[in-house]
Amino acid sequence: MKLLKYFLVGFFFGIVLTKSEAVSWYRIYEMFQFQSFHMYGIIGVAVATGIIGIQIIKRKNIKDIDGLPIEIQEKPKDNARYWLGGISFGLGWALVGSCPGPIFILIGAGFMPVIIVLIGALIGTVIYGVLKSKLPH
Amino acid sequence: MVEFFKSDVFLTTNIKRTLLYLSIIIWNPCEFLSKKRAFDEISKILLYLYQKLIDMEIFFQTWPWYVSGFLIGMVMLLLTYFGKNFGMSTNLQSLCSMTGLGKRFEYFDFDWRSNRWNYVVVLGAMVGGFVAVHFMSDPSNVTINPKTIAQLAQMGIDAPNGQLMPQSLFGEQIWQSPKSILILLGGGILIGFGTRYAGGCTSGHAISGLSNLQLPSLKAVIAFFIGGLIMSHFLLPLFF
Repeated sequence: MKLLKYFLVGFFFGIVLTKSEAVSWYRIYEMFQFQSFHMYGIIGVAVATGIIGIQIIKRKNIKDIDGLPIEIQEKPKDNARYWLGGISFGLGWALVGSCPGPIFILIGAGFMPVIIVLIGALIGTVIYGVLKSKLPH
Repeated sequence: MVEFFKSDVFLTTNIKRTLLYLSIIIWNPCEFLSKKRAFDEISKILLYLYQKLIDMEIFFQTWPWYVSGFLIGMVMLLLTYFGKNFGMSTNLQSLCSMTGLGKRFEYFDFDWRSNRWNYVVVLGAMVGGFVAVHFMSDPSNVTINPKTIAQLAQMGIDAPNGQLMPQSLFGEQIWQSPKSILILLGGGILIGFGTRYAGGCTSGHAISGLSNLQLPSLKAVIAFFIGGLIMSHFLLPLFF
């Protein structure tokens, strides 16, 4: 039963991303061509909501659902990994039009060819795992 | 589907009955009787609002960016409240770890069972995607800029016509085309490699990271866009 709430959050997330069309290849293409405000609006409002929410959590020391203090992971202060990894991700994102969340959502929705993208993403993950110690971070 | 929700039968019977049950739960029956007039007024208002929602066909149309963005932000905050970090690409690492790669590579050597909650989020998202595509779609969906459609036509990519994905890239015929398979596989590899190298994707960096005012996430998001712009403007036309 503890896991049910995660299922519901995921379910909600899947519906929102699909109905906002953030999972659509067309919307991603349109965004990178600067021909629509839609995706920028979504990301902007999501981040604004997040910033306000996180600030409230931090300032009011809100505890999580189990009563434990909420710790938000800080990202490691690296450089190269964000630029190189980020560019690689961006290239893939604009090509197949889906980031990891939408990959799963689209497969669930029945777009079977997206399974090829998932297989690719898993291969890419293995490549990173194998090369990790040799890459600049 | 829409017609059913719009029908008078549904509105008058279901809504009124639900309201009645609700009010009995909230107020005790005696009090309820004395508040009958108030109840009638409230039910009229709720009916009106419900009808407005249905008239706007809000569930079936494209959800506006300000609604969607807010809801996505709330998903992240909800997971934070559950004591978890919102991030979809971590699941790629976990999926690889499940196959036993952890024995040979340190990156996959962790207790993937501890991320069980995240697999359940993914499962929920998949079901959500199914429901949204199969029960909440409308031919008016994915109305993109006509300029974009013209541009895509030049590359031989079909217009959306209510579909989320172009047939030329994600239609069933791609299984017969090695070139299409290679494009999807290559894109996937770039995504998987990039997101794990950068330590997060759109959810982990753009939403969670920026919300927590993390400078590394800003670098990652700028890099996402550099990569995306190079692909969209210079490389994509070469592939089609």
